Amino acid sequence: MVLIYIDQADQEIKKASYEAISYGAALAKQLDTTAEALVLGNVKEDLTTLGKYGASKVHQINNTTLNNFDARVGSTVVAEAAKTLGATVVVFAHNINGRAIAPAVAVKLNAGIVTGACALPKTDAGFVVTKTVFSGKAFASIQIETPVKVISINQNSFGTVLGEGTATVSTLDITVPTSTITISSIDKIQGEVPLTEASLVVSGGRGLKGPENWGILLDLAKALGASTACSRPVSDSDWRPHHEHVGQTGIQIAPNLYIAIGISGAIQHLAGVNRSKTIVVINKDPEAPFFKAADYGVVGDAFEVVPALTAAILKSKGGA
Amino acid sequence: MKILVCISKTPDTTAKIAFIEGNTKFDENGVQWIINPYDEWYALVKAIELKEKDPSVIIHLVTVGGADTEPIIRKALALGGDEAIRVNNITNDSLVVAQEIAAIAKEGAYDLIFTGKETIDYNSASVGSMLCALLDQNFISAAVKLDVNGNAITVTREIEGGEETSTSNLPAIISCQKGMAEQRIPNMRGIMAARTKPLKVVEASILNATTTVKSFDLPPAKSGVKLVDPANMDELVRLLKEEAKVI
Ligand SMILES: Cc1cc2nc3c(=O)[nH]c(=O)nc-3n(C[C@H](O)[C@H](O)[C@H](O)COP(=O)(O)OP(=O)(O)OC[C@H]3O[C@@H](n4cnc5c(N)ncnc54)[C@H](O)[C@@H]3O)c2cc1C
Repeated sequence: MVLIYIDQADQEIKKASYEAISYGAALAKQLDTTAEALVLGNVKEDLTTLGKYGASKVHQINNTTLNNFDARVGSTVVAEAAKTLGATVVVFAHNINGRAIAPAVAVKLNAGIVTGACALPKTDAGFVVTKTVFSGKAFASIQIETPVKVISINQNSFGTVLGEGTATVSTLDITVPTSTITISSIDKIQGEVPLTEASLVVSGGRGLKGPENWGILLDLAKALGASTACSRPVSDSDWRPHHEHVGQTGIQIAPNLYIAIGISGAIQHLAGVNRSKTIVVINKDPEAPFFKAADYGVVGDAFEVVPALTAAILKSKGGA
Repeated sequence: MKILVCISKTPDTTAKIAFIEGNTKFDENGVQWIINPYDEWYALVKAIELKEKDPSVIIHLVTVGGADTEPIIRKALALGGDEAIRVNNITNDSLVVAQEIAAIAKEGAYDLIFTGKETIDYNSASVGSMLCALLDQNFISAAVKLDVNGNAITVTREIEGGEETSTSNLPAIISCQKGMAEQRIPNMRGIMAARTKPLKVVEASILNATTTVKSFDLPPAKSGVKLVDPANMDELVRLLKEEAKVI
């Protein structure tokens, strides 16, 4: 059985977990077994709907302690559940919480693990999982040698597949260790889709000259409904908050569309964004290295091109 | 307070990524090696900042790797840290690394163990979490801020779309990222001092890997950029809609 860990925040299921279910369901089909989801604590969603993403059953550990994330407690509980249910593969989203517990779960299950997988395993001979390495500059195919396997899957790499099914929901009784971590505050950035979950991203670099010029970028992001990102020097200079920094030493993202404005395309920057499906580069220097990694390029002054692009998008959306 | 900082050796961020022996091995030819940036800029410097506040803090560095990691460890010692341990095990299996470090950690009875958020070569982000299971200690990942007050710690970690702050007690394992500390460069005094700091070599004890790298691949090259006239943004919108189908 393939068991999929459902991540939650504020009792809401994370978007990445739906993709993990779809991945787990496809893998289960390949292995001729079932895909079942594991929910820790309580969530607002109707759990039967997880069937739409491919889970035939949902196991819920009904304990309010689990509504707060604690890596030590969470990994203990997931490993116990996997043993009780007889899971042979445990799938996680490779998001913040998935990264924090999947390796610990692997240790507790004596399982080999591949984190950051980007495709379904090859299971005709052995069990070989492809993952991104060198921050997206290459792929490695890794064989897991143990009977039980753990995989965490890169966000936006498999896609969420919506079907028709309905899952049966049952409660699972697992002893939950006492948490010794007390959460004192959660600060959410209001109104924006988290960068790692965004399908459209508009990003700015040093070419925008200063934080006072970000208005044109924000207008474009708003017109598209996109999230915003930036290059490292931009966040280092505090023009934009740290959580927007993408690249090899920032966040790695794989949106459907990445629009880079006034960013030169240094190798460390590309490493964080080169898995984007479509890349648009706006730069006044035709020699900027980013054009080599781009699908569409506009050689021009951002201060003219960006407002014109925003206007064109609004026009295409019906003139608003 | 005793802190153990986990240090990994990675290729420089500008290193050419290529593979040899039928795409089964990373081509190390001409590659410059650096301390994994997350380990250096955030984990190690945070430990040094804590020691600057409280000189009784003891910092040990640990790396799992061959003798070729020693220049990296010396550089880390030049930044700070009292002594280093190298476990002589050449592996790319995170679990082997974590098990070796767990053995060192058990012996040293550390109050804090720092790792980087991930390494920039295998991007596994696994060692901290594995140590959590192997040592049965609290693990707080992707930390951007840490305050230590006696036995109590307050840690802020990144969550999707925000930050979460929690309090807990030592001992704990923390994986560090941007925000934790300010990047530094070693000074001459540090470099001189590092030469005589103890670097202990421990023989490998974990030999069974749970994974094997079969092959590497490079992503297919982009087919080439399509340039759009800056005076015709309607055309770009059309391409994004009709050709790329992303908006
Ligand atoms: C170890 C290491 C790790 C790093 N990690 C990262 C990382 O994670 N992420 C990251 O981003 N960087 C990282 N860097 C830094 C990276 O090497 C580059 O320095 C950085 O990405 C450059 O940022 P930029 O493109 O915004 O600025 P610049 O390189 O200064 O480029 C600005 C660009 O704007 C263009 N421009 C100027 N004016 C205009 C205008 N009016 N209209 C349009 N275009 C204009 C210019 O032609 C130029 O191409 C790292 C570096 C090192 C050494």
